[in-house]
Amino acid sequence: MSSAVLTAILAMTTLAAVLGLLLGYSAIRFRVEGDPIADQIDALLAQSQCGQCGYPGCRPYAEAVAKGEAAINKCIPGGEATARALADLLGREPEPLETEVQAPKVALIDDQACIGCTLCVQSCPVDAIVGAAKQLHGVLAAECTGCGLCLAPCPVACIRMVPVGSDLAHWRWPAPTERLAA
Amino acid sequence: MSVTNPESEHGQSRLWTFHGGLHLPDEKALSNDQPIEPLRLPPLLVIPLRQHIGAPARPGVRVGDQVRKGQVIGTADGYVSAAVHASSSGTVIAIEERRIPHPSGLPAPCVVIATDGQDAWAPLPAPLTDYPHLDPALLRERVHWAGVVGLGGGAFPTSVKLRSERHIETLIINGAECEPYITCDDRLMRERSVQVLEGARIIRTLLGAERVLIGIEDNKPAAIAALSAALADTGPDTHIRIIPVPTRYPSGGERQLIRILTGREVPTRGLPAQIGVACQNVATTAAVADAVLLGRPLITRVVTVTGRAVARPGNLAVPIGTPLSHLVAHCGGFRETPRRLLCGGPMMGFALSDLEIPITKAFNCLLALTAAEAPDPGPALACIRCGRCAEVCPVRLLPQQLYWHARAKAFDRAQGYNLFDCIECGCCAQVCPSHIPLVQYYRFAKNAIWAHEEERRKADQARARHQARQARLERLEQERQSKLRKKREILDDTTAATVPGQVADGDLDARRALIEAAKQRAAAKKAAAQSRIEPVDQG
Repeated sequence: MSSAVLTAILAMTTLAAVLGLLLGYSAIRFRVEGDPIADQIDALLAQSQCGQCGYPGCRPYAEAVAKGEAAINKCIPGGEATARALADLLGREPEPLETEVQAPKVALIDDQACIGCTLCVQSCPVDAIVGAAKQLHGVLAAECTGCGLCLAPCPVACIRMVPVGSDLAHWRWPAPTERLAA
Repeated sequence: MSVTNPESEHGQSRLWTFHGGLHLPDEKALSNDQPIEPLRLPPLLVIPLRQHIGAPARPGVRVGDQVRKGQVIGTADGYVSAAVHASSSGTVIAIEERRIPHPSGLPAPCVVIATDGQDAWAPLPAPLTDYPHLDPALLRERVHWAGVVGLGGGAFPTSVKLRSERHIETLIINGAECEPYITCDDRLMRERSVQVLEGARIIRTLLGAERVLIGIEDNKPAAIAALSAALADTGPDTHIRIIPVPTRYPSGGERQLIRILTGREVPTRGLPAQIGVACQNVATTAAVADAVLLGRPLITRVVTVTGRAVARPGNLAVPIGTPLSHLVAHCGGFRETPRRLLCGGPMMGFALSDLEIPITKAFNCLLALTAAEAPDPGPALACIRCGRCAEVCPVRLLPQQLYWHARAKAFDRAQGYNLFDCIECGCCAQVCPSHIPLVQYYRFAKNAIWAHEEERRKADQARARHQARQARLERLEQERQSKLRKKREILDDTTAATVPGQVADGDLDARRALIEAAKQRAAAKKAAAQSRIEPVDQG
């Protein structure tokens, strides 16, 4: 009787030890670098790096959301669609945006007023402004995310945000107006 | 007549059918008796630089330039692009944004030419009549130069379609013209049948196709007869067959016509070349013949002006860039104010905002419908799930499901129901008893998906640039730190060399004295410098 109990205890202990070692090994061997949830969240964000969410860029915000520290409705450029996609991904209730979504814009430098100070070049999170000291700076419109971070550093306030033109290449069929009969 | 059953003599025993489709009142009798009339030259030609799919042409002329008929005024910008030519001689008076035929009604860059009435030709390249023995690249280059695009409405640059990585077995020439009202291809086949056949031979040579099937709906017996007669006249050609197909909308859809004539299905999101088939419209074929055999660019096209609101419906040979008002005036103006003004047919055409819009290469029909022809369907009712849309869909989609998901903006689900296989033929909306504008929902959903993909692409680009910037800043910071460290090391080494060992208390006093002496020297130097500068300042 007592030997049967001992055998059982011995067997369980051995099993526990072996499995414990296996788990410990695999935790090291198959260690996941980075945070996959943060990656998935980052993939849904608008990547304008504008900081309107209160974090210094999209990646830090994604990490904060992954940790559960930040709300999911802070990405203003992403708009309603991003908030909904985040809610879907994280299984949370969708929350309405706090601010109105604005039409896409790009920065434009007034070439008469620019003094070539390079402050805007340094402030651009996506390197979309080119220029050297005492030379006129220019915005690469195709790369500009419209974050507006270059506006504040400019000492002569020569940068403004202009809406992206509605030309043929950007035109989309609108949603049909619902005209349902009563 | 031998053409009514040409398959039996060539061993092809049958035609296939596609799912669904509609029998529509064809309304072709309004204009199909009217021969193609040349149009008087308008005082102003407005020639858009973007009349095709792909990159817009780059303007090759400046304001004030004299241009002649057939001169290149916009060069093709890249492989998938097409050149644009002056349709008549005159002076370029503006290169600016004007409204063009497009569902958006938005303006796009155009070259505006004030015609001089001379209609003088520019020097044209030599005809390439000996095309079977010429380098195919030369022929393709000619078609590229001539700015030929798909004239059936697609406006895809033809030169791109004349080259295929895959083996093309069958060339299909699309003369179905299945949309109601439109008769321009019908008249073209009757009056320019030789050019159509020549063009078909040229394209067959280029693609190395074994056979050419010319599919024509059987409501155009005169066109079938004319092409057959021309085929008989130009000698026996066992490669080309003219095949009447039953009249049923949308048999002129590329995939539908391929199905009818060969029994094969073009794969989802695939191209006809994948099943060894190429398809060209009859008017495109004639334009290819003009380019190769006459050296003429595409500067005119046949346009049907029809609808019961038009006083004298007809078919006109119109220089590209002619304003619509000029066509309407030629046809005797409007009998009554049209309820709807369309570019294209009643099924797939889009509304035009005004009559100052110019004719472009893909503009096949100006349709002015009266209130009786196009009654207001009234507000849409709720979907009653009758399923008639699914019965008529030629692609075997489930239009109802697509509608629900498009309306709810659940675009991924709509894609799951193969939204992108929809050819926007309008059959579902035509039979819908609730008058739901189904096609509008599908277009909206497709565009929203494209916009979303574009946004994602831009976001990925921005992320990559941001990461590259972060990496660069980090690298610069590290470089700065390592530089500083090195400097500090050198400094430490020198101090260690001059003051070896530990600093004693006595040494400390000696050092203080040294520092004091240095300070005094500096002060004396400063005073001397000031006394030197001051007289200069005063003087």
